[in-house]
Amino acid sequence: MTLFIQQVIKGLMLGSVYALLALGYTMVYGIIKLINFAHGDIYMLGAYFGYFFIKVLHLNFFIALILAMAVSAVIGVLIEYIAYRPLRHSPRIAVLISVLGISFLLENGMTYLYGSDQRSFPQAIKTVQYHFYGIQVSNIQLIIAVTSVVLMLLLTYVVKRTKMGRAMRAVSADPDAATLMGININHTISFTFAIGSALAAAGGVLIGLYYNSIDPLMGMTPGLKAFVAAVLGGIGIIPGAAVGGWLIGILETMVQATSFSAYKDAVVYAMLIVILLIKPTGILGKNKREKV
Amino acid sequence: MSALLTVENLNVSYGAIKAVQNVNFTVHDNEIVSLIGANGAGKTTILRTISNLTKPTSGHINFQNQDILGMDSAKIVSSGIAQVPEGRRVFAGMTVQENLQLGAFTRDKGTNLKSEYALIYDQFPILKERRNQDAATLSGGEQQMLAMGRALMAKPKLLLLDEPSMGLAPLFIEKIFDIIKTVNAQGVTVLVIEQNANQALKIADRGYVLESGQITMTGTGAELLASDDVRKAYLGG
Ligand SMILES: Nc1ncnc2c1ncn2[C@@H]1O[C@H](COP(=O)(O)OP(=O)(O)OP(=O)(O)O)[C@@H](O)[C@H]1O
Ligand SMILES: [Mg+2]
Repeated sequence: MTLFIQQVIKGLMLGSVYALLALGYTMVYGIIKLINFAHGDIYMLGAYFGYFFIKVLHLNFFIALILAMAVSAVIGVLIEYIAYRPLRHSPRIAVLISVLGISFLLENGMTYLYGSDQRSFPQAIKTVQYHFYGIQVSNIQLIIAVTSVVLMLLLTYVVKRTKMGRAMRAVSADPDAATLMGININHTISFTFAIGSALAAAGGVLIGLYYNSIDPLMGMTPGLKAFVAAVLGGIGIIPGAAVGGWLIGILETMVQATSFSAYKDAVVYAMLIVILLIKPTGILGKNKREKV
Repeated sequence: MSALLTVENLNVSYGAIKAVQNVNFTVHDNEIVSLIGANGAGKTTILRTISNLTKPTSGHINFQNQDILGMDSAKIVSSGIAQVPEGRRVFAGMTVQENLQLGAFTRDKGTNLKSEYALIYDQFPILKERRNQDAATLSGGEQQMLAMGRALMAKPKLLLLDEPSMGLAPLFIEKIFDIIKTVNAQGVTVLVIEQNANQALKIADRGYVLESGQITMTGTGAELLASDDVRKAYLGG
């Protein structure tokens, strides 16, 4: 039982990071119906910025986290502006190719600049282990979980209560009608990329802190898993991304704890296939019936 | 009476399809103007062009003596043009009140809109009952009222309505046209597009008939209602 709880805690922690990433997928999909496969690479960039701010500028961990989020937000906005916006009215395949191009550019660009080797992420916060009833939790795990939850609550507030959040929901629901309200579609899309990229960067920095290592390809697998999480929860649905992220995190750690650990990634992808077959709209997705 | 909206030599094409050809019309302050035409005549295209959702190939659109063609949508709305689009297009997944709040988007500076909701709820009591309900769950007639309330939240000088009677029961259609008259009496100029020529011309000060993208007839609402051509084409004889 303790082993089980131990795995659930680890799964929730890992799942929080998937959730942060999945939110970006789902928000971008919601607003421009694009699966942004370069999203995992923003997570990687975020980790590198965190590394830079902590190791080179010796900043406090949380300040480094916020700065990494801010810089990544700007990069996310620029990527959309340069590589996706000009193709907005082109066939979908053209945009997807552009997305893959950006992904390769970021991965190979970072490899070219900083090498493909793993770097050890600075131990910005000293690890402390706590024990409760035989269950072990580290302060790092707690920081990851709490930071993720705080960011998700902030996001919920922005989306539900602010003018920009209402604009995001309106554009997702009906871009033409949103334009008739006087909402600027381009600004709203930029804002969505900014938020999604900031959350991905936060995930990257938190994972850097947890695993103590970063590399230019670190975004590939978590990026795909977060995509699965977004689909599992219901793509385009914000709470769905959180639910999907946590479920994938728990599933993965559970499988890892068994003798099938080598298949932990395969199980996640198998999950994607199962969802697509059983409930393509995801756990929180409604089977859409539009009123005319 | 001074012209509020002037459309001059407007041409709009979708590829090879000429949806609107050399269209000219005027809407004066405080008028109700009806634009009637059959399916595919180009009515929606004209309204979409006024709100800058569709780009014309040529022509001019003046609103309050200002060329608004190609103007940023936020500027068009804040200069005083609001549209109730074809098919209502309420925001699904958002509550009735959030839909109203979005109507006031260009004026929404975080100030309290409570008294403004109250005005809309006075006019559309059903919306008040449903204010926390998902807009997508409203009936077609309720959605039409919400779409109108949402447009009025912009405090427009000119209200554009695209087939407000579409898909509604006769009793509801009466109600909608009554509301249009009331709104107009409160000082809002109205340009309404309809296939329901009878109702639309009854409330109209003036009307235009659009056929295959061209204006073929114009006159007061009463004149057009009495015209043989209009009766044959739009009123079933
Ligand atoms: N996005 C589009 N692409 C291509 N053709 C279009 C498009 N929108 C409209 N059209 C064409 O332009 C013409 C005018 O369409 P429009 O929607 O303006 O007609 P309408 O008068 O509003 O008709 P209805 O009463 O059926 O709503 C039609 O022939 C239509 O097929
Ligand atoms: Mg139409």
